[in-house]
Amino acid sequence: MVARFATPLVLLVLIVGVFFAVDSSFILRVAALVFIYGLAAIGLNILVGDCGQVSLGHAGFLGIGAYATAVLPAQTGLHPLLAMVVGVVAAGLLALLVGRPVLRLRGHALAVATLGLGILVAMVITNEAWLTGGPDGMRVERLTLFGWRVRGADNWYWITAGVLLLGALVACSIKASPTGRALRAVHDSEVAAMVAGIDVARYKTLAFVISAVYAGVAGGLLALYDGFVTPDVAGFLNSIELITMVVLGGMGSVLGAVVGATILTALPQLLTAFSEYEHMVLGLIMMVVMIVLRAGIVPSLLALVGRGGRA
Amino acid sequence: MSALAAEGVGIDFGGVRAVDNVSFTTAEHGVTAIIGPNGAGKTTLFNMLSGVYRPGRGRVRLFGEDVTGEPPHRLAARGLSRTFQNLQIFFQMTALENVMVGNHLGERHNVWRHLLPLPGVFAEEKAARQAARKELQHVGLADVADRPASSLAYGMLKRLEIARALVAKPRVLLLDEPAAGCNATETEALSALIRRLAGEGLAIVLVEHDMAMVMSLSDRVVVLDQGRVIADGAPEAVRADPAVRAAYLGVEV
Ligand SMILES: Nc1ncnc2c1ncn2[C@@H]1O[C@H](COP(=O)(O)OP(=O)(O)OP(=O)(O)O)[C@@H](O)[C@H]1O
Ligand SMILES: [Mg+2]
Repeated sequence: MVARFATPLVLLVLIVGVFFAVDSSFILRVAALVFIYGLAAIGLNILVGDCGQVSLGHAGFLGIGAYATAVLPAQTGLHPLLAMVVGVVAAGLLALLVGRPVLRLRGHALAVATLGLGILVAMVITNEAWLTGGPDGMRVERLTLFGWRVRGADNWYWITAGVLLLGALVACSIKASPTGRALRAVHDSEVAAMVAGIDVARYKTLAFVISAVYAGVAGGLLALYDGFVTPDVAGFLNSIELITMVVLGGMGSVLGAVVGATILTALPQLLTAFSEYEHMVLGLIMMVVMIVLRAGIVPSLLALVGRGGRA
Repeated sequence: MSALAAEGVGIDFGGVRAVDNVSFTTAEHGVTAIIGPNGAGKTTLFNMLSGVYRPGRGRVRLFGEDVTGEPPHRLAARGLSRTFQNLQIFFQMTALENVMVGNHLGERHNVWRHLLPLPGVFAEEKAARQAARKELQHVGLADVADRPASSLAYGMLKRLEIARALVAKPRVLLLDEPAAGCNATETEALSALIRRLAGEGLAIVLVEHDMAMVMSLSDRVVVLDQGRVIADGAPEAVRADPAVRAAYLGVEV
């Protein structure tokens, strides 16, 4: 029972704490961005950390969620929230469709195939300019809920925080369930998992679909929050950032995914004091963290604390 | 009806006939041993019987049904399980969790129910944990249930694989060198366990180099050499077979 609620509770405390500790709409806006990317990273971590399958094209699913939320209201007058739901379903369906053939691959082949999937989505978004505005991007209709126009840093902070908490709770529930155990079994030994009765291809695809749905939701939120989308959201760099969040924060750790998202999203904003050196500093931090905390920040620190506690 | 039957099973690896035209059947319960020198093809045969490899030639039958080429998870659902010579442990899990994975087919797998912290799922988990604990007791690993599998000794891991296979309540169990890495006491306990399981109606196929164990446990011994069956019969008859003695040149059979 504890396993399912501990991480969401920690996140809740942090979210409430940050809100009352800071008095800057800039920081609240950065935090909302952290929550959105944290959500995507939590989903990707189920695929990468739990199931052990890499995806280097995951921003493609982010792009599908974001552009569905942008394009459908503009073209058909659909409510942005419904448009987002369509985008999430589309992301899940695409993952379901390509999951089986792609996830038969392993290691580098899988990395390249997923990379290709991401590039494909980004190219479609860039090329269908009549629909998407092409490389320049497009405006997103403002979100209105029951006549209330959602705006302001406070509101976006709480909306994105709420979705993040829900995403964390679902992820923790999956991990503590037989499904989560089956995913980890596939990660550790596919042959032993099969012999135990686990349909390995099915569970890999399941993890892929779950992670795509998380990315789709994050993409939709991103579009609504920014009020503007560009093809970069689906781009290669964004995919690499997502996987970096997962590895840096800690494979298989829900909290780690959020920590990773915080570092990659917030740090560049806070490091602007270093101006042109900001990316160098970020790169340096990434290298040092991986060398010192090999299992990622959260799992490594937990292991240290655990050892200290027992000693 | 036989539990497991191989009919002219064979496979090649790059022109090498690793297993060639192997036929044998096992009784519905009891111990059938498959022995043979290193590289004889015993593990390869197991891989074909358990669906890990698709046989290049021949058929495999499970309780009379043709299951040739069926993937391992389907064969598991039909009641076949196995252990591995080269350990296949879930090393990022505890010993207990390893056994719980073995119970996969006994669990409800409606993914939607696993998306939220439902009390029902929690109760099922508790039951699964208890079943796994009991199985660990049977192989003498109750004390290390909550230790990470990566911290266990080799002999313990061999028994952990057996517990993981048994928790699924298989009808046919393939054991690939279960006594490897076990000391005399552990081997004795293992023999007792296998004898009990066979008595309870399980069909066990045993690959083992410990001849004393094979001879004392088996109802039937099949001898492989260079991928072919060179003898098949009761333990005493096989032991006296000149072809077997030649294959094991210098080794006491
Ligand atoms: N995947 C593979 N690819 C190529 N050759 C293989 C493969 N698996 C087994 N072989 C070869 O097939 C032959 C039989 O090997 P196998 O492992 O089945 O023997 P074994 O009887 O289990 O031996 P041991 O007693 O040492 O475990 C060997 O020559 C081995 O090198
Ligand atoms: Mg072998």
